[in-house]
Amino acid sequence: MRYVLRAVATISVVTLGGCQGVLDPKGPIAAAERLILFNSLGIMLAIVIPTILATIAVAFWFRSSNKRATYLPDFEYSGRLELLVWSIPAMTVLLVGGVAWVGAHDLDPGKPLASTVKPVNVQVVSLDWKWLFIYPEQGIASVNHLTVPVGTPINFALTSSGVMNSFFVPQLGSQIYTMAGMATRLHLQADHAGAFPGLSANFSGDGFSDMRFTVDAVPAEQFAEWANTARGSGPALDMAAYADLAKPSQAVAPSTYRAVAPNLFNAIVNAGMPTHDASQHSHSAGMEMGQ
Amino acid sequence: MTFFGKLTWDALPWSEPIPLISGFGAFAFVIAIVAWVILKGYGPYLWREWITSVDHKRIGVMYIVLALIMLLRGFTDAIMMRAQQAVAAGGAQGYLPPDHFDQVFSAHGTIMIFFMAMPILIGLMNFVVPLQLGIRDVAFPTLNSVSLWLTASGILLINLSLVIGEFSKAGWVGYPPLSELQFSPGVGVDYYLWSLQISGVGTLLAGINFVTTILKMRAPGMGYMRMPVFCWTALASNLLIVAAFPILTATFAMLLLDRYLGFHFFTIDAGGNPMMYVNLFWVWGHPEVYILVLPAFGVFSEVIATFSGKPLFGYRSMVAATMAICVLSFLVWLHHFFTMGASASVNAFFGVMSMVIAVPTGVKVFNWLFTMYGGRIRFTVPVLWTLGFMVTFVIGGLTGVLHAVPPVDFQLHNSVFLIAHFHNVIIGAVVFGVMAGLNYWFPKAFGFTLDERWGRASFWCWLVGFYVAFMPLYVLGLMGMTRRMQHYDDVSWQPWLVVAAVGAAIILGGVVCQIIQLVVSIRDREQRRDVTGDPWNGRTLEWSTASPPPAWNFAVQPQVTGRDAFWTWKQGRRAKQDVPAVPREYAPIEMPKNTPTGFVTAFFAVTIGFAMIWHIWWMAALGVLGAFATMLAFAFREEEEIEIPVDQIARFDRDHPAYQDQVAEVVA
Amino acid sequence: MNIAVAVDNVPPQFIASEAGPAPKRIVVGFGFWIFLLSDIVMFAGLFAAYAVLVNATAGGPNGAALFSQTSVAIETACLLASSYACGLMSLAIGSRNRFGTYLWAAVTFVLGAVFLGLEIHEFAGMIAQDAAPARSAFLSAFFALVGCHGLHVTAGLIWLVVMMGQLATEGFRARVERRLLCFSLFWHALDIIWVGLFTMVYLMGVRP
Repeated sequence: MRYVLRAVATISVVTLGGCQGVLDPKGPIAAAERLILFNSLGIMLAIVIPTILATIAVAFWFRSSNKRATYLPDFEYSGRLELLVWSIPAMTVLLVGGVAWVGAHDLDPGKPLASTVKPVNVQVVSLDWKWLFIYPEQGIASVNHLTVPVGTPINFALTSSGVMNSFFVPQLGSQIYTMAGMATRLHLQADHAGAFPGLSANFSGDGFSDMRFTVDAVPAEQFAEWANTARGSGPALDMAAYADLAKPSQAVAPSTYRAVAPNLFNAIVNAGMPTHDASQHSHSAGMEMGQ
Repeated sequence: MTFFGKLTWDALPWSEPIPLISGFGAFAFVIAIVAWVILKGYGPYLWREWITSVDHKRIGVMYIVLALIMLLRGFTDAIMMRAQQAVAAGGAQGYLPPDHFDQVFSAHGTIMIFFMAMPILIGLMNFVVPLQLGIRDVAFPTLNSVSLWLTASGILLINLSLVIGEFSKAGWVGYPPLSELQFSPGVGVDYYLWSLQISGVGTLLAGINFVTTILKMRAPGMGYMRMPVFCWTALASNLLIVAAFPILTATFAMLLLDRYLGFHFFTIDAGGNPMMYVNLFWVWGHPEVYILVLPAFGVFSEVIATFSGKPLFGYRSMVAATMAICVLSFLVWLHHFFTMGASASVNAFFGVMSMVIAVPTGVKVFNWLFTMYGGRIRFTVPVLWTLGFMVTFVIGGLTGVLHAVPPVDFQLHNSVFLIAHFHNVIIGAVVFGVMAGLNYWFPKAFGFTLDERWGRASFWCWLVGFYVAFMPLYVLGLMGMTRRMQHYDDVSWQPWLVVAAVGAAIILGGVVCQIIQLVVSIRDREQRRDVTGDPWNGRTLEWSTASPPPAWNFAVQPQVTGRDAFWTWKQGRRAKQDVPAVPREYAPIEMPKNTPTGFVTAFFAVTIGFAMIWHIWWMAALGVLGAFATMLAFAFREEEEIEIPVDQIARFDRDHPAYQDQVAEVVA
Repeated sequence: MNIAVAVDNVPPQFIASEAGPAPKRIVVGFGFWIFLLSDIVMFAGLFAAYAVLVNATAGGPNGAALFSQTSVAIETACLLASSYACGLMSLAIGSRNRFGTYLWAAVTFVLGAVFLGLEIHEFAGMIAQDAAPARSAFLSAFFALVGCHGLHVTAGLIWLVVMMGQLATEGFRARVERRLLCFSLFWHALDIIWVGLFTMVYLMGVRP
C-alpha cells in the first residue's frame, strides 16, 4: 500500500508538481494535508476500484446472451452477503472517519504551530476587490502582496470590509473565510523560499477573478530588510487612506504603506461587529481610533 | 415611485447582444408555437386535456417537458461558461464580461437544481407512483395541478430575468452580504428569491401530496413491504421535501425582509448575521441533494431488477438504507462550510457524519451488484444508463468522502475539484437516473418505445462527454483553481479547460442525439407501438395497464398479495393456463374533474412575483386578490368529480390487447 | 421466509397497511397534518433565527425593555379561549347543530380578532418607540417570528369567515365538514405555536 501511495504521489508530483497547487506543498500544513489526501484516497480506492471492476465483470458475465452463466431467478437475499455489504462501507468509513477526526484536530486553522521561532502576526482584510495585509508589529501594510519569513509561523487574524471572501494560499495550506464584523484565525508557515500564488476562494462580485496576490517567502534577514524598506517609502495608511482603499477597485497593483493607523484592524472589525445588549453604549457606524 | 415601480424601458438589454438576441429569439419562438397551436385548432384540446388536467399522468408529462426545456437553457449556460474559461487565460478577458458571467453561473446552478432536476423527478414520481401503487390518482389531484403550475411560474420568472432586468450575480446559493441590498442593489437577487419562493410552494405541496398518497392510498393488500422500491424512495424524497423546504422558505423570507423592509437578519450592520444564512441555507441544501438522488436510486432499482429478470436483491436492506439516508441527510449540513471557522470538534463531527451517510449508499451499490448477479441482463438503453451510473457515481462518492475530511476540504473547498465532485454525483446519479427512467417509462406514457440506436448513441456521448468535461476539473482543483472565475492568470490551466470545453461539446452531442431519438421515435411510432402494455416483461403494477393507461388507470382495483405484484401474477397465470378467466365486474368510476385552478393561480403568482420584483405594489395587491378569488372559486365549485360510465370502461378493456387475459385479482 | 408467509396468510382486513386506500376524510385530515408539520418546520427556522439574534440589539432596546407581560397574558388567554371555542364549534358540527356552529365560530372569530388587535397595538407601540424591525437584528427576528404567527391567525380568521359562508350556502356537505376539520386543526396548531412563542420570546425574553 505504501508503494501505491508513493507511486501516486510521485506521478502526481511529476505531472502536476510543476503547477503551483495542492500537490506541491511548501509548508508543514500543506504537506500534512496532502498526506491526509493521499491516505484517504488510498483507502477509498481500495474499495472503489474493486467495486467498479466487479460491476463491469458481473454485468458482462451475466449478459443474457451468455448461456454459460447460471440463471438464479430466486437469488434475492443472503444474510451473509447482507452482513458483508453493510460491513465493508462501515469499516471503510470508520477508517477514513478516524483520519478525519484526528486530522481535523491536528490541522485546525485556529491551532498555533509548534515552533521555537517567534511568530509573525499578519492581519488580513479582504476588500472589494483586493487584499490588505497589515503587519502590526512592523508597522507597515501591503496590498495584494504578502511577504513572510521562511521557517517562521505566521499567525493570521482575518476579517472582511464587506462581503465574504476566503483567504487561500494553496501551497501553504488551509483557507479560511473572511467575514465582516468578526476575526477568523489561521496559522501557516512556509518552509521553502519562493513565490506562491494566493487568491480568494469565495466569490465576492465582479472583480473577484482579480483578487490574487503573491506570497513571497524569503529568509528572515531579507524579511527584516523588506520591512525596513517599506517603512521608508510609500503613503501612510491612515483612516482617510483606508477609506480610499476600501472603495471598489479591480486588478489593483501590489503596493506597500509605510505606516498604519494604530488598531486599524480592530476598527475595521468593529465597524461591522454586531453589538450586544450587554454594553449599553452604542457603537458608531464609523471607525473609531485608539481603542 | 412611478406607476410601474422600478420598471422602465432601460430594463431591456438594448445594449447587450447576447441576452437581446437570445431573449427575443426565445420570445419569437414561443409566439410561433402559440400561433401554430391556435391556427391548427389545438387550443381547445390543449386547454381541456392538458392545461386544466388534474390527471397525475398528464401532470407528470408536463413537469418533464418543462424540465427538459430548462435543461436546454441550463446547459447553454454551461457551454457559455466552458467557452469563456477556455479562452480567458493570461491577460485575455474572453467574450463574457464579469457582469454577465456572474449571472450565467448563478442562473446555471439555480436552473439545473430547481427548474430541471426537481421538476423532472417530481414528474417521474407523478407519473409512476400511483400506477405502481395500484391506484387511480394522487391524494390531492387539484393540488397536484397547482404545484405544477407554480413551478411553471417560477420558470417563467427566471426566464423573464434574461430580458427584463437581470438575474442574480450571487451564485445559486445567494450568500449575504453579497446578496443583500447593499452589495446587490439591482433586481437580480429579487428575481432569484421570488421565482424560488413561488416554485418552492409548489414543491412543498407536491411533497405533502406524495407523502399522503404513499402512506394512505395504496391498493388493497399492498402493505409497506410489498411496495415497489421506487415508491419507497419517492416516500423518502417527499418526506425530505416536507421537512426541508419550509426552512428554505423561511430563509428566503428573511432575506426578502432584509431587502424590502430594511430588516437586519443577514446584514453586516445592526446585528445581522450572515453566517446564520449559510447555516440555514445548507440545512435545506443538503437534504435537497438527497431529494434529488433518492428517486434516481429508485429508478435504478426498478430498471436493474426488470432487465436482470430477477427480484431486487436485499429489498429490506434497500428500504432500511433509503430511510437511513433520509434521516442522516439532516445531520451533515456543516460540511458545506468547513472553512467558515467552526471548532475542530464541530468540523470533525460533521465530517464523520458525512462519511456515515456513505454507508447506506454503499449498501445500495452492492445490492444492485447482487441483483445483476445470477440474472439474464438485457443491455437496453436504461441498463446502459444504470451501468454508467454505477461506475460514475462511486467515483463521485469517493471524491465526496475526500471532501468530508476537513483538512482536505480546507484546500479543496470552492475549488473546481468541488465542482467536479458534485457534478460527478449529480450527473452520474440524477441525470443518468432520469435518462434511464425516461427511456424505461416512455412507452407506458406514450404507447411506443424510443429508438434504441439513438438512445445508445446519446448514452455514450453523455458518458464520454462527462468524463472529458469533468476529469480535468479534478486536476485543476488540485492545481489551485477556484470556482466562478471569469478569467485567470495561470496559462498552464488553459489546456485542461480546453479539454473540459470539448467534453461539454460531446455532451451537447448527447443532447442532440436525444432530440433525434425523440423525433425518429415519433416518426416511426406505428412500428414501435407497445401493444401489450408490457414491453420490458416488467415486474410492477404499472406494466399491467395499457400503454398509455386510461384516465382511470385500473378498471378494477388490483388486489395485491405479494411484492413485485405484476410479476407474481404473470408467473401464477402461466401456471394456471387452464383456469378460465373470471369475468371482470365493472362499476362506474368517479374521477376528479379537470379545473383551471392551477393555471389561474399560477397566472396570479407570476403577477405577484413580477410586481414584487419591480416594486409595482398595486399590481402585487391585485395579484393577491386574484389568487384569493381563484381559491374561492375552487372552494365553491359545484361539480368536483365526473363519473366514468361502465360501458366506456368495458369498451376500453375490450379494445386493448393488454387486458385480454387479466382477471380482477392479482394472484400471488 | 416463514415470517413473510405467516404475514401473507393473515386476512388483509386485519392488517391496517393492507386495507387499501383510506376514506377521503382520513386522507384529507392526514394531508393537512403533514402540511401543518411543514408549517411548524418553517416556524422552527424563524425560531432558530430568533434564538441566534436575540442578543443582537445593536445598542437598541431589548425584550425586557419592550414587552408588556399584561398584554401578552391577555393575548394568550384570548387565543387559548378561542381554541376552546373552536373545539365547541367542532362538537356542534359533529351534531349537525347549525346555530351552535355559527355561535362558536363567532366566538372563535372575536377572540382571535382581539388577539390580533392587541398584537397590532403592541407592534404599533414598539414602532412608535423607535423599536421598529429595521432598528436591529433582534427586532427583525422578533417582528418576523411573531408577525408570521399573526399573519397565520389573520389567514385563519379569513378562512373561518369563508367557511361560515360556505356552510350557509351548502349546509353540512361532506366537503364542508372536511374543510372545517382542517380549519380546527390549523387553529389548534396556531395555539401550540403560540405557546412555544410566548415561552421563548416573552417569558424568556424578560428573564434577568
